[in-house]
Amino acid sequence: MTVTASASEPRPPLQRWLLVWALALAVVLAVFLLQDSVPWAVDYPANAVVPVADWVSALMGWIKSNLSWLTRSITGVLGVPLDFALNLLAKNFKIGHGADAYVLPRLSWVGVCAAAFLAGHAVGGRKLSLLVGGCFLYIALFGQWTSAMLTLALISIAVPFCIVTGLFAGIWAWRKPWVERLIVSPALDLMQTIPTFAYLIPMLLLFGNSPVSAMIATAIFATPPMVRATMLGLTRVPLEIGEFSDMAGCTARQKLWRVLLPSARPTLMVGVNQVIMLALNMVIIASMIGAGGLGYDVLLALRALKVGEAMEAGLAIVALAIALDRLSQAIAHKQAKGHVHHAVSPSFWRRYPNLSLAIAILAVTTLLGLFVPAFAAVPKAITFTTAPLWKAAVNWVTINFFDAIEAFRVALILNVLNPVRAFCEGFPWLGAVLLLGLAGYQLSGLRLAALVAALTTFCAVTGLWEKTMATVYLCGISAFIACLIGIPIGLMAARSDRFEKIVTPIIDTLQVLPSFCFIIPVVMLFRVGDVTAMIATIAFAVVPAIRYTNHGIRQVPPALIEAAKVSGCTPRQTFFRVQLPLALPEIMLGVNQTILMALAMIIICAMVGTRDLGQEVFIALSKADSGRGIVAGLAIAFIGIVADRLFNAWTAKARARLG
Amino acid sequence: MTTAQGSTQPGTDDRPVKLACRNVWKLFGANATSFIRERDGRASMADVAAAGLVGAVRAVDLEIRQGEIFIIMGLSGSGKSTLVRCMSRLVEPSHGKIEFEGKDLLKISDAALIELRRHRMGMVFQNFALLPHLNVLDNIAFPLSIQGQDRATREARAREVIELVGLRGREHFYPRELSGGQQQRVGIARSLATKPEIWFLDEPFSALDPLIRREMQDELMRLQTMLHKTIVFITHDFDEAIRLADRIAIMKDGEVIQIGTPEELVVNPATNYVAEFTRDVDRAKVISANSLMRACDGSEHGGTVAPDAKIASFSASIVSAGKPFAVVNGTGKPIGEVTPQAVIDLLAGIEHARAGA
Repeated sequence: MTVTASASEPRPPLQRWLLVWALALAVVLAVFLLQDSVPWAVDYPANAVVPVADWVSALMGWIKSNLSWLTRSITGVLGVPLDFALNLLAKNFKIGHGADAYVLPRLSWVGVCAAAFLAGHAVGGRKLSLLVGGCFLYIALFGQWTSAMLTLALISIAVPFCIVTGLFAGIWAWRKPWVERLIVSPALDLMQTIPTFAYLIPMLLLFGNSPVSAMIATAIFATPPMVRATMLGLTRVPLEIGEFSDMAGCTARQKLWRVLLPSARPTLMVGVNQVIMLALNMVIIASMIGAGGLGYDVLLALRALKVGEAMEAGLAIVALAIALDRLSQAIAHKQAKGHVHHAVSPSFWRRYPNLSLAIAILAVTTLLGLFVPAFAAVPKAITFTTAPLWKAAVNWVTINFFDAIEAFRVALILNVLNPVRAFCEGFPWLGAVLLLGLAGYQLSGLRLAALVAALTTFCAVTGLWEKTMATVYLCGISAFIACLIGIPIGLMAARSDRFEKIVTPIIDTLQVLPSFCFIIPVVMLFRVGDVTAMIATIAFAVVPAIRYTNHGIRQVPPALIEAAKVSGCTPRQTFFRVQLPLALPEIMLGVNQTILMALAMIIICAMVGTRDLGQEVFIALSKADSGRGIVAGLAIAFIGIVADRLFNAWTAKARARLG
Repeated sequence: MTTAQGSTQPGTDDRPVKLACRNVWKLFGANATSFIRERDGRASMADVAAAGLVGAVRAVDLEIRQGEIFIIMGLSGSGKSTLVRCMSRLVEPSHGKIEFEGKDLLKISDAALIELRRHRMGMVFQNFALLPHLNVLDNIAFPLSIQGQDRATREARAREVIELVGLRGREHFYPRELSGGQQQRVGIARSLATKPEIWFLDEPFSALDPLIRREMQDELMRLQTMLHKTIVFITHDFDEAIRLADRIAIMKDGEVIQIGTPEELVVNPATNYVAEFTRDVDRAKVISANSLMRACDGSEHGGTVAPDAKIASFSASIVSAGKPFAVVNGTGKPIGEVTPQAVIDLLAGIEHARAGA
């Protein structure tokens, strides 16, 4: 209450900090120049590397050999619903063995398309029904049906699992602040910053190359937003509503399940939408450990450099992503709005006409599929492929623009990428620890400084310093360029409603696309290498820079802008002296997100031949070397955490200054 | 029957005490409870501040009688909301006793507290606190539903209270489809559905427009004439307090600085702070004949008034009659008189030195 005098915090004079920084930079420079006499400060000595990777490998080996009963039973239990969904949507049920097995057909594609159409109609009206139905029809007609349904089946089992787990974890963390602080928050940070690839290795080891391990990896990756949404939603429920439930005499359980959670429903639904999108993203990546489906098609095609096929499967992923995203958003929106008031009518058919119709159509078409093959599988005659078209297009581009593209690529490598790379890789590890720790100390205090320094040191002592810096370099350049592109676009969108209307659907779509999809078109033009990785990463990471900038400028209170106008500011002055400074914390938040997304993407770009930590994980994955993979994964996570914490501290400081 | 309204002597009120606060404290900060326990429930504001604590409610003693409208009035930050939450144990007091019909609320078990809240307490909130996912009917039936009543019973009761607050025809609307005034009617109906004995209203009309607020105040008075609840009403609006209250407790910095009928507060403000509030009050509407009368001096009377008649109710007739009116008690015996000059002085705002108490 009434705490007004908090500005009495002792603030070291700016000059002193300048001096400290100058000194620190001088030290680092000295180390860099004198590296012949102090080589251990530049490159971490190989003989002092702490064999964390071996320890992890040993631990995983022990778990594998001693806890196999556990992993096997988990596989067994989770396999049941998963197999059911896979059979239902994609594979047909086989009862019995061999040739005389009786086959129950999967759901007919006609029925599934109709159901998608009706689902769109039920939650979002005609426009949505056409979009969703169209996406499914597209998948069917382009011959991706079975793969897409495999992917969908995995999602449909993983998502409810994530939602339930996330909900309970969120409730637990919300109830017990120490749980949140000590367990849930750090766990969420790690789960979201460890690159997706790195999850796959222990899963592969423990649960084998199967859809079950893909599903578990998916669940781990996609649960955090649900936990966060639950905590946020419960915290945001107005205090009075909680008091009301107490006064009405609710027990603790009634209060939670009948008052607080339903009141938090809009926020929870945002979480559900994110879970679905992340699950889709991860299922695609998990195709590497046996998930199958669309991701596997892309992977195979990319490995064989069949750009046409890769593009086709990639577009099917896009169609699936858009359909799922718009559908779940419409459901969230509809539930937030509630239903129009009407008395409840008794019969199921009347209450849920769309659902009843969908079930009826699914049943009828699936039964028809027993007799008419066209209903059971998409007939070859009506599918078409665009792969040759894409190939021709790429050929045409490479023939006609090869010189231009190649000149661009080489110029980029020679003038930008290589110098920065050389600088980063030659950077003394001790200097980095010193400078980052100093930044942490200035921004927040001793605790942050210690954390940042410890995490940075980890990257060095595990012998991954050079690879770490290679990651930092590529990630840094990509994030930098993404901001360079994204922030001006965000600024323009904030100043013009018309421009915002154009930009919004584009970034919405970019955001739902699984990271895989960004690589495909770039590879077609620039082949493999750092340039491809960089461009794909920029395209992937540009969204938050645009979104947060736009939002930051727009959320400046109108009263302040009016005040500026009344004081006689020109539009330019209003923008630079009022809007921009007030929006800066929000913009920095966007930059932070951009960096984290760039980091996530750079790792996936290992598939197109980068030489960084991502490649390390990728190699470990192919060799099933869990220690090596996990340590590299942790190093990546630590880069993310260091960047995130420093940015957050900085933003918090700027926010505090603005009040 | 306890229908005596606005008796000027609180000591003569013989209605039973429904809810009482005995030296209730609520302090925020580290070790707040042990701080006040060690001092045995006595501490000055300076002590509290020196210990780095915030005194939201300090040494509150008050008694609320059955069937009265008891208003707790104070500006924001005065501790009135915390006090009402202490009374219902939404906030656990740091020290003191809350007596509900003589039994200490702070000592009862959680189960007993739930039972008490389910059947004997009701609360209306400033921002309505309606459940966004339920329609009007389900919102109102909600407290009954968590008691385990079946759908038919609880909906029948919900329809009764919907009728009572005049919301018929809106049963299937959702809260966001209603205006603020209508939403608060739902809040009121919901709190009445369980037929509570004591009714807490936490600034129920503060979020409403002035016109609607007046309408809702009338509505509350109408309901009270039918229901005779014991009402604890929180407000920061002194006019509202005067309009509705049997008695008012004025709070400042966590302390109750005066408790009395509106008339007592106007006639005998305990401090300058109270006087500041009462300054702009229309006195003729608050002060009764009883306060203005003097002993009969044998002059001729132009009419008679009851002791609790407000001056405004007979000011026009006494001035036009030009003669003193006799103040008569229930048996018709004159106990004093009110002169036209005294009424004119009051209306003109001329203060006379009056004997205190």
